[in-house]
Amino acid sequence: MTDHDNHLALYRQMQLIRRFEEEAARAYAMGKIGGFLHLYIGQEAVGVGAVAALEPTDYVITTYRDHGLALARGMTARTAMAELYGKVTGCSKGLGGSMHFFDVEHNMLGGYGIVGGHLPLAAGTAFASKYRGDGRITVVFFGEGAASIGDCHEAMSLAALWKLPVVFVCENNEYSMGTPLERTLAVEDVTARAAGYGMASDRFLADHVHTVKEKLGKAIQRAREKCEPTLIEARTYRYRGHSMSDPGKYRTPQEVEDQKKKDPLSRSRTDLEKAGLQKKLEAVDAAIEEEIADAVKFAEESAEPGPELLEATTYKGAFAR
Amino acid sequence: MSATESAQDEKAKPADDKPKEVRFREAIRLGMSEEMERDDRVFIVGEEVGHYQGAYKVTEGMLEKFGSKRVIDAPITESGFTGVAIGAAMVGLRPIVEYMTWNFSAVAFDQILNNAAKLRQMSGGQLNVPIVFRAPNGSAKQVGSQHSHSMEHFYAQIPGLKVVAPSTCEDAKGLIKSAIRDDDPVLYMESETLYSLKGTVSDDPDFLVPFGKARIAREGTDVTIISWSRMVHVSLEAAAALERDGISAEVIDLRSLRPLDEEALVNSVKKTHRAVIAYEGWPYGGVGAEIVDRIQRLAFDDLDAPIERVTTKDVPMPYNAKLEQLVIPQAAGVVEAVKRVSYRSV
Repeated sequence: MTDHDNHLALYRQMQLIRRFEEEAARAYAMGKIGGFLHLYIGQEAVGVGAVAALEPTDYVITTYRDHGLALARGMTARTAMAELYGKVTGCSKGLGGSMHFFDVEHNMLGGYGIVGGHLPLAAGTAFASKYRGDGRITVVFFGEGAASIGDCHEAMSLAALWKLPVVFVCENNEYSMGTPLERTLAVEDVTARAAGYGMASDRFLADHVHTVKEKLGKAIQRAREKCEPTLIEARTYRYRGHSMSDPGKYRTPQEVEDQKKKDPLSRSRTDLEKAGLQKKLEAVDAAIEEEIADAVKFAEESAEPGPELLEATTYKGAFAR
Repeated sequence: MSATESAQDEKAKPADDKPKEVRFREAIRLGMSEEMERDDRVFIVGEEVGHYQGAYKVTEGMLEKFGSKRVIDAPITESGFTGVAIGAAMVGLRPIVEYMTWNFSAVAFDQILNNAAKLRQMSGGQLNVPIVFRAPNGSAKQVGSQHSHSMEHFYAQIPGLKVVAPSTCEDAKGLIKSAIRDDDPVLYMESETLYSLKGTVSDDPDFLVPFGKARIAREGTDVTIISWSRMVHVSLEAAAALERDGISAEVIDLRSLRPLDEEALVNSVKKTHRAVIAYEGWPYGGVGAEIVDRIQRLAFDDLDAPIERVTTKDVPMPYNAKLEQLVIPQAAGVVEAVKRVSYRSV
């Protein structure tokens, strides 16, 4: 593939996530999706750029804002949308929901709902890779809101002490729900703490998918070749609220509009247009529209999980409770 | 807190055809070592498990035997190393996590509750967590308010977890081996006061004690005393005293709190028509209250008296030795409860 074709492939993933999330928001507003729904709109370049730098056998783990990473890793829009609809054809059989996307086949080891609680798990999958010597690495994503909680510290401390092949990616989207970073962290630079762990770090504006891929690539190489962790801070922005119930009154519409002008997805599109790929872009966009419409239809028409799944997914085998 | 006495005197004395006599801590160690020899996915992680040889000497000699790859000293990061072990289990390793005491698992509670117990279900059955958490549990001797919890009551409530609490050396070995071979998270409750208990254990590398099967520690006809862990021994002491008063007590050692052997409870109560549950832990809710519910539902017509519970008093554990003994359930309290349900003067 040419560089442009590679870029187009990344654009396709980002656009698929964007359109998936927009349709999910619509379905949520129509009452088709229950519970919480946290959208990845604005942050697509981080997940897509990171996955582009990984091998398919590497592990990824993330927060409850997990649809984007799952799609980037290769989960179909059908499987993802069906999970949001709570259908048995969903990635977690409709038992997990928006916050708990799992796709073991693609080594996407979950979305987690307790802020920071998944960071030690990522150190653990990296531990297993080192224990086995299988050459896999783990990338874990979390928000800057998680940077304050104890598990974040303990996971990084252990990963550095035990030299585990893991990359910690802080997706700093500036708001911990409705609280801006300056009211949650005394030090603005999340990577400043890396020195305290003796860990390598990198901090950058995730304004282009290529930037993310290149920067993550170095950290991934460090994990794979030297078996050492890295703390990354990818500065990004989410255009929607924290969840669907968030009216976003803690920031001005102007701020959001200004950020949208720097949208990495639009930048990739502009780059590709300038390179003369207009027709290919149109074909990709059209295919994505079909894929999303098909996913919604699939989710609508799929069956719900039956009660027989409940005990079978709580323990292996039956026993007297 | 500090470790108990050295385990110097505990070296195995293999007799040609007699069962091996060991101490409780060694029974656990033998079970873990056999499973580590059998399966190289099994490793142990915790504070002081390696170079220090175990805060209570349960892992003594294991670092030397298995090396630092598989016997891993962790810094004081209960939540961190619990999560690391769960993550390793998610992708196929079989960790044993040792807490210095179960009290310290409280800071790892989220990892156990939200990750270990739930991963199988929230992943729609794609993942499972084959992991063992083990530590001494309950009261020790004057270790005070923060080091005396009976944590089984918190954990046994959670679907996705299994909870076992042996009282004998044989069960200690057989249950730890079953726990390590299990494909779901198992919480294994020890007792500091039992570590030096002597008993025989099987040499058979495939000797396993199944979960959900209670043991009749003493047969009797007049009353059923239900217990687990250290309190089985206190219950046996009470049963001996009751025998002198002409009451024949059956003592059931549950061994496994989840799964729970309902059948053993019902069968015994059908015979004795009276039940007393003796355990460490506060009286509000908990495993004892669960057992009361089971018996009254499943054997209501067989009961000749209300079921009584002999528990830790409903206060935090005091340091003062006399007050501590007042708060911890005692044999005398079990005897009194048995006499009350037998309508005999106390």
